[in-house]
Amino acid sequence: MRIEYVYPEFEVVRNEARCIQCRVCERQCANEVHSFDPDTGLMLSDESKCVNCQRCVALCPTRALKIVKSDCALRENANWPQGLIKEIYKQANSGGVLLSSMGNPNPLPVYWDKILINASQVTNPSIDPLREPMETRVFLGKKPAKVERDEGDGLKCTLAPQLTLAMPVMFSAMSYGSISYNAHESLARAADALGIYYNTGEGGLHEDFYRYGQNTIVQVASGRFGVHKDYLAAGAAIEIKMGQGAKPGIGGHLPGAKIVGDISRTRMISEGTDAISPAPHHDIYSIEDLRQLVYSLKEATEYKKPIIVKVAAVHNIAAIAGGIARSGADIIAIDGFRGGTGAAPTRIRDNVGIPIEPALAAVDQRLREEGIRNQTSLVVGGSIRSAADVVKAIALGADACYIATAALLALGCHLCRSCHTGKCNWGIATQRPDLVKRLNPDIGSERLIRLMTAWKHEIMELMGGMGINSIESLRGNRLMLRGVNLNEKELEILGISHAGE
Amino acid sequence: MQRYVVIGNGVAAVGCIEGLRSVDGATPITVVSAEKHPVYCRPLISYYLEGKTDRDKMQYRPGDFYQKMGCEVLYGVSAVRIDPLAKTVALNNGDSLSYSALCVATGSSPFLPPIAGLDSVRQKCTFMTLDDALALEKAVNPASQVLIVGAGLIGLKCAEGLLARVGSITVCDLADRVLSSILDNDCAAVVQKHLEDHRIRFMLSDSVERFEGDKAYMKSGATVDFDVLVAAVGVRANAALAKDAGIAVNRGILVNNQMQTSVSDVYAAGDCAEGEDVSCGEKRVLAIMPNAYMQGRCAGINMAGGSEAFNKGMPMNSIGFFGLHVMTAGTYYSPEAGGDVYEETAAGMRKKLFSRGGFLTGFVFVGKTERVGIYTSLIRERIPLNTINYELLKKAVSLAPFSDDYRRERLGGVV
Amino acid sequence: MKRIFVNEKWCLGCRLCEYYCAFANSGEINMVKALKDKPIYPRLRVEDDGGVTYAVSCRHCTDPLCVRSCIAAALSVDAGVVTIDRDRCVSCYTCILVCPYGALAHDDAGVVRKCELCLNNAIGQPACVAGCPNRAIVYEER
Repeated sequence: MRIEYVYPEFEVVRNEARCIQCRVCERQCANEVHSFDPDTGLMLSDESKCVNCQRCVALCPTRALKIVKSDCALRENANWPQGLIKEIYKQANSGGVLLSSMGNPNPLPVYWDKILINASQVTNPSIDPLREPMETRVFLGKKPAKVERDEGDGLKCTLAPQLTLAMPVMFSAMSYGSISYNAHESLARAADALGIYYNTGEGGLHEDFYRYGQNTIVQVASGRFGVHKDYLAAGAAIEIKMGQGAKPGIGGHLPGAKIVGDISRTRMISEGTDAISPAPHHDIYSIEDLRQLVYSLKEATEYKKPIIVKVAAVHNIAAIAGGIARSGADIIAIDGFRGGTGAAPTRIRDNVGIPIEPALAAVDQRLREEGIRNQTSLVVGGSIRSAADVVKAIALGADACYIATAALLALGCHLCRSCHTGKCNWGIATQRPDLVKRLNPDIGSERLIRLMTAWKHEIMELMGGMGINSIESLRGNRLMLRGVNLNEKELEILGISHAGE
Repeated sequence: MQRYVVIGNGVAAVGCIEGLRSVDGATPITVVSAEKHPVYCRPLISYYLEGKTDRDKMQYRPGDFYQKMGCEVLYGVSAVRIDPLAKTVALNNGDSLSYSALCVATGSSPFLPPIAGLDSVRQKCTFMTLDDALALEKAVNPASQVLIVGAGLIGLKCAEGLLARVGSITVCDLADRVLSSILDNDCAAVVQKHLEDHRIRFMLSDSVERFEGDKAYMKSGATVDFDVLVAAVGVRANAALAKDAGIAVNRGILVNNQMQTSVSDVYAAGDCAEGEDVSCGEKRVLAIMPNAYMQGRCAGINMAGGSEAFNKGMPMNSIGFFGLHVMTAGTYYSPEAGGDVYEETAAGMRKKLFSRGGFLTGFVFVGKTERVGIYTSLIRERIPLNTINYELLKKAVSLAPFSDDYRRERLGGVV
Repeated sequence: MKRIFVNEKWCLGCRLCEYYCAFANSGEINMVKALKDKPIYPRLRVEDDGGVTYAVSCRHCTDPLCVRSCIAAALSVDAGVVTIDRDRCVSCYTCILVCPYGALAHDDAGVVRKCELCLNNAIGQPACVAGCPNRAIVYEER
């Protein structure tokens, strides 16, 4: 037998005094970790298959299970962390590119945690959102540069198409294929109920979900999967995906094995063929080319829908965003490098791109300096984890935030980061019918609605504390932020003062 | 005067009373009860002897039932004549009751075989009523040698009920097997073996030629000494009262699916009635308790002006002896009669499913009886076998072989 | 009245309902104490035909055949809920013979047990519904 070198990462700890052999763990583990041994009447575990998704833990009726990190450790080495060594072993075993899922787990800087929010004391009163009206509604799209009047001295009120969000958060792109039908339905129903938007990702829009079209952003990506006239017409806005924070510079690959049934139909490709999204759009080599696509889509939808251009946060993002603004895009979406993915090469995910916070600050600053900030709205994503992150992002200059990981967590994701295996025990990142049904959209949509409702309350609390009663007054209001543990360059880019200043 | 009259005070009568009251809360009801007891669970008499129940728990309805239902009960009184023209019932106490609607629920009576010397038997009884059970309880002692004539349902339940109270039990029957009306030889043998393991002795294909006191001389030449005789040869519908009134009677009082007899405003229900058997489409006397209640209830609803049909009766029995359970239902069509039989056999267990013309018509389960009602529903609802996965259902009982629509509707809706 | 409804679309076949049912009717306050190393006698069962799974329990029929057929008057309808008086049950199993859903069964003592919507135990509302992780069993007015 070949020595694998990669030892189980987790231990399944079963409290035999509590286990009633109901075998729920066995039935619910798609990785087949648990099994019942009729000879001894005991439950057995094969830790090597465990991904620590906690499904068994959550369903065990007697709390007899826990999954713990194995303390079987290699000799300490600061230059060779254990994770790296194991990756070497894996590659020596497989000879392949390492794949990972969800966001970057490495301890890279999270600037949100180094930014603190202001509150009013004495001179400018704080506002109690339970007593006073508080506006969290935002409009995304081009805004006029100046007030214009017609001959009769009336206001010219013709606005470019806008998205109206009841709160400054949207569910970002996750394709049907990378996540399940029930996950999509949960997102669509929640967006509908919340007055916000979800995003189809690059997999097209399932025919069942056209009825949620007015809360749907339809995506056009480099593979153009599932894109047709009705699809474009169905959404409230169209997003051109140029890049993704978790894997800037590369495309996507949904294996043919997953292109079955509805997914094949929705993507408009034959069953069993790999869905390969090229790294670039092969018709876009310049801002001018991008402009052509932007206007093609506007033309196709009669200039009724805002066009979003989504890019990964990379070096020179400010210049890139300036170009996008001039391409005619109504909204720029920027995805930071801590953002999630259904599958990405580990090296790309963990090493390519930049964090969203400096990217956002730089873009907002540049667009202001160029006098074109009004021409596009800014949406940021790539690890927005809480209402506080949202408030900080708005104050740094964003119009709204995209969330995906947080939404998946609400649906039951336990961040085991095994999406790429297709065996998601929570029914999210899988197409296996027996697993997909584990996510009942009645429950999923309710949980999303509750999460967003909670965030909305928190956003209002934080705004009220600052004496701000409208999200519009918070946008780009960097005076409300202070940095801690940041060097002068970082503070300069973020455009905020240090705490105490 | 408006009045409902119910002749009989068994389970069919209760069904009738409850059916009447579900429609009509006011009109008086008079119940003519030959037995001096309030309604009780007649099939429990063997369980009473066995000690599994007591007289209190045998009450079929709470003590205030008749009062709550607005019923007058005439205990110890029999109806002697029905006059359908005058719409009156003459009673054996000389009174006469006029009725606006009448339900005949007179039940059935044990049939006593005309055997020579029966008069010379010192202690003999039938096994049908509570009084029979009470008499039997008094008659036996731990040394008693009991002879039961008849290895049918009544005889064998009586044997089970008595076993712990007596010294020995011998059961004889003219038929070559036990429970001959519902079991074939193969299944009967399993039951017989089980009963023999419990010290019950059988003399089958044999009958009593004559009695001389406490000694039975059998046709086979054998003799049986006994001190208590139980006659359990069979029962017959009490239909004479109806027949005398000019009501159409076959083996029982003929009724349609509304429980109407051939005479207007006269209904019949229970053991005395002969209604449709859904398993074969013909009329049969279905002398079993579930049918008695449901026929009675149907009669009551229609008597009171409601609209109800009961066309889902069939012969069925669930019967256990010392832990061995037997369930049977419907009609068994042999292959010669165009039937198809599916059989499974294992130690102490038998399963036979009879189908004809694309429908399940009957079954026999011995030993393993869990969830058998699913098969019963196939007969009762006349579910075409080509709408379910019968091949699957034959082998293992579950709702899985039913159509998805049927299952979703039944489990996901109000039924 | 509120009833239990099963939606097989969401049933995972995890069988937790069976265990929560057995626990709810055990009279114990700790699940481990109630169920460990014992055979369980839930009042509902999960059927699995290899693909579709769903829980089957008493439908509390509007016209319950079991109640009509019970030879011992042990089964009765109490405010729409089909309940059993286990003291009266004589284990004749006529109810098992007539129930179209196979929803009645007996325990090791031979006495019939059935779903009473947990109205007669300490839980007070259907434990299977509360324990279902995916709302495949719901308890509602329809």
